[in-house]
Amino acid sequence: MATKHSRASARIMISPAVILLLGWMLIPLSMTLYFSFLRYNLLMPGMEEFTGLTNYKYFLTDPAFFAALTNTILLVCGVLLVTVIGGVFLALLLDQPFFGQGIVRILVIAPFFVMPTVSALVWKNMFMNPVNGLFAHLFKFFGLEPFDFLAQAPLASIIGIVSWQWLPFATLILLTAFQSLDQEQLEASEMDGAPWIKRFWFIMLPHLSRAITVVILIQTIFLLSVFAEILVTTNGGPGTASTNLTYLIYMQSLLQFDVGGGSAGGVVAIILANIVAIFLMRMIGKNLDA
Amino acid sequence: MGRITLDKVSKAFGDVEVIPPLDLTIEDGEFVVFVGPSGCGKSTLLRLIAGLEDVSGGEIRINGQDATQTPPAKRGLAMVFQSYALYPHMSVRKNIAFPMRMASMPKDEQDRRIEAAAKALNLTDYLDRRPGQLSGGQRQRVAIGRAIVREPDAFLFDEPLSNLDAALRVGMRLEISELHKRLTTTMVYVTHDQVEAMTMADKIVVLQAGRIEQVGSPMELYRTPRNVFVAGFIGSPKMNLLTGLEAEKHSATTIGIRPEHIAISSDSGTWKGTVGVSEHLGSDTFFHVTVEGFHDPLTVRASGEVALYYGDTIYLTPDLTHLHRFDAQGLRIA
Repeated sequence: MATKHSRASARIMISPAVILLLGWMLIPLSMTLYFSFLRYNLLMPGMEEFTGLTNYKYFLTDPAFFAALTNTILLVCGVLLVTVIGGVFLALLLDQPFFGQGIVRILVIAPFFVMPTVSALVWKNMFMNPVNGLFAHLFKFFGLEPFDFLAQAPLASIIGIVSWQWLPFATLILLTAFQSLDQEQLEASEMDGAPWIKRFWFIMLPHLSRAITVVILIQTIFLLSVFAEILVTTNGGPGTASTNLTYLIYMQSLLQFDVGGGSAGGVVAIILANIVAIFLMRMIGKNLDA
Repeated sequence: MGRITLDKVSKAFGDVEVIPPLDLTIEDGEFVVFVGPSGCGKSTLLRLIAGLEDVSGGEIRINGQDATQTPPAKRGLAMVFQSYALYPHMSVRKNIAFPMRMASMPKDEQDRRIEAAAKALNLTDYLDRRPGQLSGGQRQRVAIGRAIVREPDAFLFDEPLSNLDAALRVGMRLEISELHKRLTTTMVYVTHDQVEAMTMADKIVVLQAGRIEQVGSPMELYRTPRNVFVAGFIGSPKMNLLTGLEAEKHSATTIGIRPEHIAISSDSGTWKGTVGVSEHLGSDTFFHVTVEGFHDPLTVRASGEVALYYGDTIYLTPDLTHLHRFDAQGLRIA
């Protein structure tokens, strides 16, 4: 790309893709923005009118909004905590040489290939069901009263389900990071008198920091928009106990047919996601620099 | 104190025995170099001494104490790795401080030792940099600094110069030799480069396929190689080794003659040959001479510049007092 000429032709060649992607992003975004300023209810078609910031006012003052905001943050942080700590631990185990390593690695990765709706249903019906679930049987075996996970601890249960899905991703990334650790560094620290726990803390964990950053950034993007797991298990309930922002917007626009209010919620969610992104990049983005 | 004794030490990986039982004594304050072709087990031997590999049999004694089962950190040895193995996320200061920090040494003592090591190794200006911001030679010095501050009984070096360019290698060679003279601590040094071995060692251990071929001072090995392998390995350029008829004339299976022990003449001599490639080093010139009936060309040294060119016919005469003779087993005939 040295000459002016080749640079210009490169721009022309790449422009169709750029324009397509830009349109793909900008058209829905501007439509959402436009709808958020309208009184637009699907039960009253043809009655749309401009209402200014009323939709935002109602969405932001809705008590469900703050519940959803807290739930979203709890869900994201909870899953990140479980997957990062669990992922480091599992990666450490999988990095050891043992019999059947290949098969175990594939088994560990398997949950990632199960689609969210299916895995949530499996958890709901086969594990957490208070009558027929495996956990219920386990509780009964020990003479305890079965625990109704999705009714008693809905958010924690969903955090569990989502963590189960994302743990393989974290494990996989962290495992490759472990494998790229220079063995001589570990040997050097061993000779320097560091016991295992200090080798882990001073050598392995700093080496993993970049991979952990990648895991946190990528997972945050997807965890902010967890939806299917909630829809098929708790429907956001009981009350708003397991409603996150995504689910709140879904309820607003499709259960209450309020497209305007839903769009306002969507715009609020975009702004919040960007705030989160800025803070994340500020806090841990420097780990990505070489 | 740093006297290391290996008593019938052996090492096997699964069924493959890489080091058959081997005895060796490294005296206190000695600079010992393990040298041999790649894959000869010299690094494994060093790692056995360090404790990074478990021995399959035999005993390692350090200062008379059995250290065979002692963990690496408790053996009082410091190691410098081929890749330097610096901790990339720590500054040079923290890298050097790491072993002391692990030993919970008081902070002011740590600082004193870091300053001393940095001064000795010319690292004072770089203490707050990360290893990634240093050149190869500087990284090497940091690795040595990290070893020095532990004040070990012995230093172990695993091919420390092989990642450096030729000019730096010569410089670092001198620095390590000087360090040894100053500290008078035992040093065990592994290399595949026989020039490094010759220039640095008090005692060279030549290894091949896990076996010790010969132990001795550089000059001993140069003058009286115990067998054909050592004869061919020590010395640069290599000793000329001849078999067949020429050897039989001296009642040996193989004879060896070093390039500097062959006289050149333009009209008469024992062997008649044709000059091939010549290498002019300024102080010396090396000629590769093809002699009829010999399998390999002979390497011959001449002092200074000599007016001989490609294709010229010359006569060569070996200095018989410096002729090395080896029997059918490859062992030296005294």
